[in-house]
Order: sequence, then C-alpha cells, then structure tokens
Amino acid sequence: MKLKSLLAVGIATLALTTGAALAEPIKIGIAAEPYPPFMSPDAAGNWVGWEIEIIDAICKASELECVITPTAWDGIIPSLTGKQIDAIVASMSITEERMQTIDFSDKYYNTPTVVIADKSADITATPEGLAGKILGVQASTVHQSYAQQYFTGAAEIRVYQTQDEANQDLASGRIDAIQADSIAMADFVASEAGACCEIKGAVADDPAILGLGVGVGVRKGEDELREKFNAGIKAIRADGTYDEITKKYFAMDIYGG
Amino acid sequence: MTGLRTWLLPHRIVMIALFAALVLWCAMTLRWDWIPKYTPLAIEGIWRTLWILAVTTVLGFLLAVPLGLAQAIGPWYLSTPARIFCTIIRGTPLLLQIWLIYYGLGSLFPQFPWIKDSSLWPYLRQAWPYAVLALTLSYAGYEGEVMRGAFAGVPRGQLEAAEAFGMPRFTKFRRIWLPQAIQSALPTLGGETILQLKATPLVATIAIVEIYAVSSRVRQDTFIVYEPLLLLAVVYLVIAGLLAFAFRKLEERVPAKGH
Amino acid sequence: MIELLSLSPPGWGGNLLRGLMNSLQIALGAYGLGLLIGLAGAYGKLYGGPILRDLLAVYTTVVRAVPELVLILILYYVGTDLINKASEAMGYGTVEISGVAAGIAVLGVVQGAYSTEILRGAIKAIPIGQIEAARAFGMPPLLLLRRVTIPAMMAFAIPGLANLWLIATKDTALLAVVGFSELTLETRQAASSTRAYFTFFLAAGALYLMVTLLSGRVFARLEVWARRGQPSLRKAGG
Repeated sequence: MKLKSLLAVGIATLALTTGAALAEPIKIGIAAEPYPPFMSPDAAGNWVGWEIEIIDAICKASELECVITPTAWDGIIPSLTGKQIDAIVASMSITEERMQTIDFSDKYYNTPTVVIADKSADITATPEGLAGKILGVQASTVHQSYAQQYFTGAAEIRVYQTQDEANQDLASGRIDAIQADSIAMADFVASEAGACCEIKGAVADDPAILGLGVGVGVRKGEDELREKFNAGIKAIRADGTYDEITKKYFAMDIYGG
Repeated sequence: MTGLRTWLLPHRIVMIALFAALVLWCAMTLRWDWIPKYTPLAIEGIWRTLWILAVTTVLGFLLAVPLGLAQAIGPWYLSTPARIFCTIIRGTPLLLQIWLIYYGLGSLFPQFPWIKDSSLWPYLRQAWPYAVLALTLSYAGYEGEVMRGAFAGVPRGQLEAAEAFGMPRFTKFRRIWLPQAIQSALPTLGGETILQLKATPLVATIAIVEIYAVSSRVRQDTFIVYEPLLLLAVVYLVIAGLLAFAFRKLEERVPAKGH
Repeated sequence: MIELLSLSPPGWGGNLLRGLMNSLQIALGAYGLGLLIGLAGAYGKLYGGPILRDLLAVYTTVVRAVPELVLILILYYVGTDLINKASEAMGYGTVEISGVAAGIAVLGVVQGAYSTEILRGAIKAIPIGQIEAARAFGMPPLLLLRRVTIPAMMAFAIPGLANLWLIATKDTALLAVVGFSELTLETRQAASSTRAYFTFFLAAGALYLMVTLLSGRVFARLEVWARRGQPSLRKAGG
C-alpha cells in the first residue's frame, strides 16, 4: 500500500512539475541529427537550416506558436502518436504507408532520389550498377523501402539510424554507395568530408514508395492543425517568403512540379 | 528449495492466473500479425546477440586475468596502467566507447591509403570487429577489477604450501591460484555476464543487426511500437534466465569451500 | 583542435557543458527517485505481505534482466501514452511531459530496482536488537525509520549506492538513443558536424571521468562519516 501511494504521489508531482497547462505551443518534432542543408545544430546550440526557417515562416503565417523539439528519427512517428510532439517537420516524405498511421499537410518540397559513391567507383543507380556493392540507407526512410524493394539481392543493404552516419561510413570507405535525397547529397559531396564522392545518378522513380514530396506530419484526425499548416504553406508560397528563404540555400527551386 | 508445493501458495496461483489472463489479453488484442514475416530475421538476430555475447565474454575474461593479476601482485609499471585502464573503462559510458572506437577509427582510416589496400580491409569495413573490440574491452575492464579482488583473496597459506612442495611457479598459478580465484569470482562472473548481455543492444547503434535492431526494424517498418518491444523484453528475460541457470549449475559443480 | 572545444561559438565546448548539465540533472533526479522507490521497495520486501513481496520480486527481476535501452524505450513510449490516457480519462486533457521529466522517471524506475536490493541488504545487516529496542520503547514507525534504520544502514548501503550513482551517470548516455540532448548526443552532434570525432569523444570521456572520480571522492568521505563510531571493518574483512 505504502509503495503504491508513494508511486502515485511521485507520478502526480511529476505531472504537476512538468506543467499540465492547456493551450500549449505546438511542439515541432525534428530529427535530432545533423541533416544539412535542411537542419543542423550550430555551435551555439541552436538549430539552423532551410527547413527550420521554412517552418518558422509557416508558423508565423498561420499564427501558430511553435517550439522546435529534437526527437530521435527512428521513433519520431511513435513520438507523434504518443503526443510527445505535435507535428513532424523532418524532411518526411508523404507515403501511403505512413498515411495509414499519420496525416500529412500539403508538400513543402519535393526532390529526386539519387545514389552517390566514390568518384573512381564504377557504380550507377540501377540494380546492375550496384551489383555486389554495399549500399547505405537511413532507417525508416523512403530510401530504405525503395532499396529493399529494388536493390535487395543485387546489393548488400546496410541500414543506418541517421543519414549522417551513412555519410561518415561512405567517406571512410566502409560502404560503397548511399541512396538518399538529391539535395542533402549535393550538399554532402560539395563539403570537405564528402569530397571523395559524387552523384552517380537518380534512381528510377516509383511514387508509390518514394512518395509525393515532403509534408508536415500530424496526428490522424487533427484536421484543424493540418489545415493551418496548409494555409501557412500556401501563404508563404504566395507572398514570396518561400522563394526568399530558398534562395539563401539553393540555386534552384526545390518545390517541385 | 522445499519443492513446488510450498512455493505454490494460494495467492501465487491467483497471481499466475491473472498473469495468464494478461498474456491472453495481449495475445488477443495486440497486433502480432507481423511475427511470421520477421521470424527468420529475429532468429538471425538472436543468434548474433548470443554470438557477440559469447565471443566478448570469453575474450574479455582472458584479458581480465592478466589485468587482475597485474593489479594484485604486478610491479608498479604493470599495475598502474592496468588500474588506469580499468578506471577509464568503468568511468565512461559504454555507448561513448563504442562510438569512439567505431567513428573515431572510421574517421582515421581515409587518411591512410595503405589501410584500404591491406588484406585486412574487408574485415575492417564491417562493423562487428569494432563492436567486439569495444564490448571485450568493457568486459575486461569490469572483470579485471573483480579478478584483482579474487586473486588477492586466495589465502596465503595455500600458496605457501604449494611453494613448500616445490611446485614450479606456473604450475602453482595454474593448479592452485587461478582455480581458487575463479571459484570465488564465479558468482560475480554470472552477474557480469548478464550485465554484458544487457550491453549488447548498444551495438545496434553502429548498424549491427542483432535482436534489438530487428525489433527497431519492425517498429520502423510497421509503426507498431509496443508489441515488438514487449516481445524483445521477453527474449532478453529468457536469455538472462538461462544464463543465470547455467551459472548456478556451474557453481554447484565447483566444490564449495571446506570440502 | 583547441578552438573546437572553446566555450563560445564557433567552439562547441558550450554545447558539451550544456549536455553535461542535462546529464547531471537527470542522473541526480533519477538517483533520488530511485532511492525513494528503493526505500519503499526494500520495506515492502522485508515487511510487506506475500503479494506485495512477490510483485516486488517480479519488478526487481525484470528490470535487472532486461537491457536498460529496451526498458527506456518501453517506459518512454508506453509510460507517456498511459499517463496521457489516464489524464484524458480524468478529464485533464493531454499532459506535457518534458524530456527531462521522462528521462528522470524512466531511469528512476530502473535505479529503483537496484536500490531496492541494496537497501534491503543494508537493512538486514543492521543488528536486529537495535530496531527491536526502538520498538520496545514505542517509537513510531516513521521516527524509527528516520532515527534508527536509515542512520544504521547507511554504512552498509553506501558502497552499493556509490556504485549505483556511477551507473546513473553512465546510463544517462542511453537517452541519446531517444534523441535527448544529454552529453553523449551533444558530443555526437558536435563530432559529426565538425568531423573531429576523436577530439570530441575524448573530451566527453574526460568529462564523464571527472564526474566519476569526483563523486568517488565524495562517496568515500560519506562512507567515513557514516561509519563514525563503528569499529573498522578493514581488518575483519581481510
């Protein structure tokens, strides 16, 4: 009895001290890992990048109070459904599979998927071109699903918890190639760490797996919040804020057709 | 140990019934349809977990014996490094050690082209040598401390008696000192091995597909959160139970003190 | 190398120190919560009824056999889910659970299982006459706990509790896996942003080691204090 009441008191104080106030700011879950140029931590402890600025602009446009909440990527959907966060802004592609669990806003960018490898390597973004090679992908991404669908059997697929780990292992030669988003990879091969490597080409598209662009993930049924994000995306597309932010990071339009 | 009847008290029967009902409820209401698809992967994962556990405890123990001996009776130039090694291993998180070894060495290799040309490179590319190295060093660090105490705890008279019989030094170590030290360290050894089992899931963070990584994979593929984790906990409980049982049998086989 | 570790940007030293503070905060909280659970658990195991004793046995066995990483994930996802469902059922709406609170709660439950065993052993090591004497004088249970049981068991419990504190500080690193910005994750992010893996991992190792060695000193002091007035065990232990 004593133990039970003690535990109950403990849980109650825990709940109280963590604050049970309503009308909280929207907690924007981002992946707690460097994913330049979309998001990465800086030396001052802030998160910076294209996606951070975009979500700030979206929140401002639709008058939402948003706080950035770093979360482990591989648990980001359970965190959303478990209400540790209220929305996912982590370059997450809108796919059929994810739509069974969560809802998405309209897309806010859409880019092709590429394979990168060492400059001297004879690799192309096809099953034949990857035969016998080790291909790195990030866990629970469209790239993992795609690679497992199309490259299983041809290549050995190694799954990483973060994109950054895959990049690091490509640079050190532990894997032969990476399949990932074209913009993140363009940024990587342009960096000092990725100087070894180049983009070997885009993979054949399969919208059913690779999705229809990147959107804000919200819990199922929270249509009001979803509509607010949609309105925000539309607003910053219309008033030029989107292009202004994009121009700071990219030479081209990444909204996609 | 007076048998099943004294253990099986009325309240325990009720509790077991409640527990069975809970298990049944879990089996009926939670989602288990993913199991057939992932069974082969899970078996492979369990095998890899056990393999890593076995290799690192054996290698770690072999390393712990000289570490313990050096600390117990070694000259200062052996005992000091051994003590520093044990302090560092025991004073820092294993996760940090694994990442230091895997990513630290990984960032070094590209700077030396001859490593990539060496015949060892196909092994160095894989993740398991780093996992085995990190877990072995960790086990050795903790067990080295235990063995130090065990070596120091062997009664002087035993060793003096062996010397009086004119036993050569190595025979004395092999026949008298080591067996007694191991015997007194055995209970701790069992506990440390279970701790080592609990450390194995950390290697999933460097892309090794053991049983923990398989359960993460299920979670990531299907977005089912609780069921794979619950099953995973059961798997670890079973392995830990078997280990505890095996070590108890082993302890029984070793003659107790005073015989 | 050195400018990477400087405390103000562009150095990442500030991030590491922030991570260290987070780690220590969680370790302290979890340790405290674990001690409370442990004290209650030890009492339950020693003086509770058969059902409570069996339940506690299940708790300590399960927690000590399942990897902390798995427990953290289960408690992190299931625990917050349950609290939210409970508070919704009671009509409070969803509860905000901060990362720090979740970390403390999760590690506290794990620590509780170990401290239950340590404190139980320590209470059993108290000569039974001391407690009986206090009871014979009609001392109320809480006063007995405060004035007799806790002071008398301290000397027996401190070595185990010191070890447990070290485990608490090191286990905070596991929260990196659920994306909590403690020292190990901050280190990882700094290392992969700058590609200076050795520099940052070694620096973080030094920070952890500093904490370990300093707290070793503190606990050694505590033990001397708790043993005041008792005969030295050193000789008897051999």
